[in-house]
Amino acid sequence: MSDISCRDLCKTFHQGGDTITALDRVCLEIEEGEFVCLSGPSGSGKTTLLNALGGLDTPDSGEIAIGEHRLDGMSRAELADMRLRHIGFVFQSYNLITVLTARENVEFIMQVQGVPARERTRLASGVLAEVGLAGLENRRPAELSGGQQQRVAVARAIATRPALVLADEPTANLDSRSAAQLMDLFVSLNRERGVTFVISTHDARVMRYARRLIGMRDGRIVSDERQQPIAMDI
Amino acid sequence: MTLPLATLSTLAWRNLWRNHRRTLIMLIAIAIGVWAMIFTAALSRGMTEQMVRNGLQTLPGEVQVHHRDYRRDPSVANSMAPPAGALLEALDQPPVKAWAARVRVPAVISSERGSRSVTLLGVDPAAEQALGSLPETIIEGRSLDLADDTGIVIGASLARRLETGLGKRVVIMSQDPDNDVAERGVRVVGLYRARLQGDEDRFVYAGRSLVQEMLGIGDAVSEIALTADDYRGVEGWYPQIAAAAGPELEVLPWTELDTFLGSILAVQDGFTLVFMVVVFLALSFGLVNTLVMAVFERVREIGLMQALGMRPGLILGQVMLESLYLLCLGLLLGNLLAVATIMPLESGIDISRVAQGMEMMGMSTILYPALHRFDMLMSTAVVIILGLLASIAPAWRASRLDPVTALNRD
Repeated sequence: MSDISCRDLCKTFHQGGDTITALDRVCLEIEEGEFVCLSGPSGSGKTTLLNALGGLDTPDSGEIAIGEHRLDGMSRAELADMRLRHIGFVFQSYNLITVLTARENVEFIMQVQGVPARERTRLASGVLAEVGLAGLENRRPAELSGGQQQRVAVARAIATRPALVLADEPTANLDSRSAAQLMDLFVSLNRERGVTFVISTHDARVMRYARRLIGMRDGRIVSDERQQPIAMDI
Repeated sequence: MTLPLATLSTLAWRNLWRNHRRTLIMLIAIAIGVWAMIFTAALSRGMTEQMVRNGLQTLPGEVQVHHRDYRRDPSVANSMAPPAGALLEALDQPPVKAWAARVRVPAVISSERGSRSVTLLGVDPAAEQALGSLPETIIEGRSLDLADDTGIVIGASLARRLETGLGKRVVIMSQDPDNDVAERGVRVVGLYRARLQGDEDRFVYAGRSLVQEMLGIGDAVSEIALTADDYRGVEGWYPQIAAAAGPELEVLPWTELDTFLGSILAVQDGFTLVFMVVVFLALSFGLVNTLVMAVFERVREIGLMQALGMRPGLILGQVMLESLYLLCLGLLLGNLLAVATIMPLESGIDISRVAQGMEMMGMSTILYPALHRFDMLMSTAVVIILGLLASIAPAWRASRLDPVTALNRD
């Protein structure tokens, strides 16, 4: 299901009188269970690619498939359902709904999915404990540190057991210790649950965790290397 | 796939209180608007009901029975026999609660100092008392005792104009069925005060037998007035009286006897609805502004919800629910405020200092606000329907946000 396939993805933006090419005939294959980092400077197209993979943004041309689902040509509602059922998201900031507690944030997607209340509570408690937030379930985002908020976001992203998690600069607002803890969490989820991770970053500390490092520049993939992760003994 | 209402409700309720101050200001605005709607409707209803009740007291009754030609020529020639048979049977059973047969003729009353044109009412005091059509306040002397009372009761204002008073003799003059002058000297046994000064000048009360004898009409009467204490529902019950009276007599409800009075009720509901709509239209700008600001402040969060898989329809539903909460809370406060302020005033507001000319409109200078459940329901319907309509635009805008743009909004 989480095999990702992109073919000739193109995306341009118009800013003022200029045309900016965010994706330029990008072709990419990602297999189930991979731990991939998209790296590159700002404006290289990694966030645009991530948004396209998640069905948040529609490419001007090209094909995207996640498993057997073709994203290009889907309606807004179909894309919303696709994200809901198969993809977990972790964003750089503004990850949580501020009026909901940590547990309610985690349960939110399950509620949208129609998971029964008792099952939701059980899954949310389990996953919050798994990310190290046991005892903090009833705190609202403003009562949590930045690292804890990102952990809640991760818990929400994995609670419904999606096959694919897309993370956009997840450590950008975290200190080194929190960033390392978050990346360790990603790696263990990847190893133990087989969740496919695609992370966009320009943080060298994050890149060290990846088994596959894809470099982007000016909307193109300029490098695609497999590496031995060095951050953990794996 | 549907998001449970409980989740939408939780989100909507908590979002409502993100900005306490703004929500409270809007709530106060809605509450005051709702209060204004209900309070004004209560005042307006009170005025209308008072006009109608005063009018019915003057008519009197909710239905009257006359000779078929009486309304064209209200002279003693068009009098009728007292009720008997089927008509009497109908008058003595529900829904009729009280009735009175009376002689009503135009007359002239003269004292040694002056003359005035009046309406002479020959009444049976007991029956008129039950009908509620006798003067409420006797300020000097006594009221009439029986139908064969030989005295006369006149208004205090008329007595002043005639420069006469209690115990003095006056002459009343009218036409008999042969168009000859019929007159009688009578003694003033009572002076009354009416709510409307015009009534004091206009109506003179005498015993029915005395007037019948003076006019030489035997036991004939000019009109039968009756009430069922249900002036709003008169159209439903008066036809059975008409059927009992037969084709020789004309039976008319108050709405046709006094068409101005009849039209007031019809206009009232329309006026109240228009007023409520106008008040809420002014309020709706504040409501839309509140919702637009609420949406604008959490564009990123809405983008996040969409990114997580919340369909546009659910975003729209959530904002609409937020608006509904605001409207319902405002309605609750407004209704409570209206009840709390109107109920203590139901015993009457004296507006004589600012509205001395109101009796010309058939109203007294004491205003009795009337709190109607219908007005509270109408204001609720207006606020909910127009409020939700006004909320559609900001809610639609929120639901159509592009998630990527929304998430990247500064």
